[in-house]
Amino acid sequence: MRKIRTYGQVEHETGSHILEQVLGQRARIDQRLASIGATIAIVSGKGGVGKSAITANLATALASGGARVGALDADLNGPSLGRMLGVAGKPLVDGDDGVQPVTGAGGVSVMSMDLLQEDDAPLRWRAPDGDGFTWRGLAETGVLREFLSDVAWGELDYLLIDVPPGTDRISRLLDLLPAPSQTLLVTTPAEITRFVVAKSARLLRDAGVAPVGIVANMTAYVDHEGATRPLFEGDGAQALAAETGLEVWAEVPFDPALGTATDRGSPFAIHDDASPAAAAIVALAHRVERQNHGRHA
Amino acid sequence: MKFLCVECDRVMAFAERQIPGDGTLAAVFTCPGCNREMAMLTNPMETQLVSSLGVQIGGRTVPEQPMEMTRSSLQDTRADVFVEQDPAAPPVTRVEWHPEAVDRLGRVPSFVRGMVKRIYTDWAKENGVATMTPEVMDRARSELGLEGM
Repeated sequence: MRKIRTYGQVEHETGSHILEQVLGQRARIDQRLASIGATIAIVSGKGGVGKSAITANLATALASGGARVGALDADLNGPSLGRMLGVAGKPLVDGDDGVQPVTGAGGVSVMSMDLLQEDDAPLRWRAPDGDGFTWRGLAETGVLREFLSDVAWGELDYLLIDVPPGTDRISRLLDLLPAPSQTLLVTTPAEITRFVVAKSARLLRDAGVAPVGIVANMTAYVDHEGATRPLFEGDGAQALAAETGLEVWAEVPFDPALGTATDRGSPFAIHDDASPAAAAIVALAHRVERQNHGRHA
Repeated sequence: MKFLCVECDRVMAFAERQIPGDGTLAAVFTCPGCNREMAMLTNPMETQLVSSLGVQIGGRTVPEQPMEMTRSSLQDTRADVFVEQDPAAPPVTRVEWHPEAVDRLGRVPSFVRGMVKRIYTDWAKENGVATMTPEVMDRARSELGLEGM
């Protein structure tokens, strides 16, 4: 039998430089993030816990304190940040340094699939039918990579990344951004939420991601008279904290006004400082600022 | 991926890339020893895999366009999603504040006045507005969701 050399033994390149191309993609992310003070991943693993509303309101709360803030909507299948920050449908400008993010509520720079696709369009690709399971994850990772590296974020103090549900989506972000400056783990008092979010907490711990702070959302209900009432039985957020050793950084009550304001594209954290929910988000913003002291771009 | 000419024990060099149809990607490689040519043909699924990686078989001949993979692969994009920066409009690097705008800014609480001024100034630069007036402030406030500021 003829002896054929192994891949490693063959040193000559064919001309494709595939490895260099992939490494170049990674280098472009690093280069772009070099002008960003802190990257903050907002994750949960569970859907419907309010990650995007927390992201939009936290972004505007940070911006209202004078910080330069970007918001990257990593939820490609269910984008909502563009709408929540009032920029959905606005065109993207091709600049010299990349695609320019759109300026949204409070001066926050935004990139979201909201800006790219028609309103009712599901996430679909120009590709042959039937084999999507083999490449769809790669394509979605590719878009996220381009949102990080090819958007002209400029100098930012904070880039907030709204990560969609599913622990695999957290892993996908960590593949591209292994060490976010901070990670906010959003949960609710519901036991089923605690059960799912605990998986994300373990994933983050095993990946060595730190610091991670729990954001307990919908901890109570604020009625139209401003009174606070229980929304869920039990306290899954505190149970999650006890189980994981993570600290609860914020407890945000449910306030219908928050939903209305974010639906309108005008996050209320900067408008309604009398609301307990807004106060909790502003306090979270201060916590984030303290933690990132000295990291500004 | 490397192609080795077994006869010559030499690595074949990339020569040409074609997209002949049916979702096929054809990459032609030549042996530098015996000049033997071979074409690697990918099926549509393999072509899509390569495309999703954002790499080019045979290397890049032109610089990569920002968000190239997204632009080339995404369906149902808005018709006017990407617009060129208007070369006729020189970028505004400095925004003059009209006295009436300064007066209005003065009514903003002092502890956020600097931040509010920066937001309005950034908006003006982005929109090619060289002079800040109360009317421009109204437009910016409406677009940025700054009612009350």
